[in-house]
Amino acid sequence: MWASPMVIRVEWALRLKGVEYEYVDEDLANKSADLLRYNPVTKKVPVLVHDGKPIAESTIIVEYIDEAWNGGYPIMAADPYERAQARFWARYAEDKVRALYAIFSTTSEAQRKAAHEAQQCLKTLETALEGKKFFGGDAVGYVDIIVGWYAHWLPVVEEVCGVSVVTDEELPLLKAWFGRLLAVDVLKAALPDRDRLLAANKARREQVLSA
Amino acid sequence: MATDVPAVKLIGWYGSPYVHRAEVALRLKGVPYEFIRDDPINKSELLLQHNPIHKKVPVLLHGDRTICESLVILEYVDETFDGPPLLPVDPYERAMARFWAHFIDQKFARPFWMSFWMCEDDEHKEAFVKEAKGNLAILEEQLKGRRFFGGDAVGFLDVAACGLAHWLGVIEEVSGVTLVNGDEFPAFCKWAKAYVNDDTVKQSLPDRDELLAFFSGNKEIYMALARATLHK
Repeated sequence: MWASPMVIRVEWALRLKGVEYEYVDEDLANKSADLLRYNPVTKKVPVLVHDGKPIAESTIIVEYIDEAWNGGYPIMAADPYERAQARFWARYAEDKVRALYAIFSTTSEAQRKAAHEAQQCLKTLETALEGKKFFGGDAVGYVDIIVGWYAHWLPVVEEVCGVSVVTDEELPLLKAWFGRLLAVDVLKAALPDRDRLLAANKARREQVLSA
Repeated sequence: MATDVPAVKLIGWYGSPYVHRAEVALRLKGVPYEFIRDDPINKSELLLQHNPIHKKVPVLLHGDRTICESLVILEYVDETFDGPPLLPVDPYERAMARFWAHFIDQKFARPFWMSFWMCEDDEHKEAFVKEAKGNLAILEEQLKGRRFFGGDAVGFLDVAACGLAHWLGVIEEVSGVTLVNGDEFPAFCKWAKAYVNDDTVKQSLPDRDELLAFFSGNKEIYMALARATLHK
């Protein structure tokens, strides 16, 4: 699905490895028989099908891509402790993602609270960036791939909802990392068009508020 | 004994399936470790210092390294120490093991929990039971023709699923709700028995009677929590 950050994670991993792939877009309101067959358990995207074998769950797919094409670009560090830290932060981000969605589905005081909570979670995540260009060190790594969608989606959410979350004052390291990540050509090329994303999120926000 | 082998310590709470996951991993790899028993009601400075974000166990201390989150610890132990591999070698099989562990911790957990602790007369209970049984059927399918999820020996997914092998029976007894039976889930029942009887696993399973007393004591709390989180 073109606007899904979870799908972007997988595309980024494939592109960093230089793996050619066929992208099949899904209409989530009208899921294809293929999707339901390949992911009967959660029925969600993304699903990677490699040699006819399906893998679901974006964080797991990214690790799979790293291991299946282990000669190419190293997504995970070689050191087990660095790998453990990367997996820890990926889990942390997944656990806290609800805080980001909450900004989108609330207004007024509830939204201020949601934005503040999201900021707190991002501040914790930011500690993993200290002294580094990327979460992965000098180059994009696993955590960058897992949370990199923030760089493109969060500014859109901020604009649509009229809130500020990632600012130079509150999250300077993260803000600077946004810029570096979006400057990586191979990642930039896979991102959905910002105007299209903005329009889609504006429409969804209106839907959510009128519900 | 080598003087520069870093010490391994595990901070845990007695009776936690997540702590058990970490302990079994260390034992399967033959790694000597010191168990530091923490108290969830009165968390130690050591725990809060080493896991300030979640303030939970298990926490693995390996020399000056700290690793939190049970499944992260499992993979760290697998990659760091020699011994039989916990995760399969093949990338696809590894992805499947990780997927099912994720399923157990995420999609599987809530309907299970709610099935046990919702009031008998609550209209939502039936829906949770149906969902929980549907999830069990999915796991049953994964076990067809296998002694363990990992094949012939206990592996990553078996350890990840430990709660379903040892804790489940206790919870069923305390709550009075039986989800698992040998007719509907024969492979699953065989697996649970094989898991808890494995020589290595046995060494770090909490005593069943103690678990029974613990869950019985907290029954009202679990039921109140189930009611409170119904619409979350």
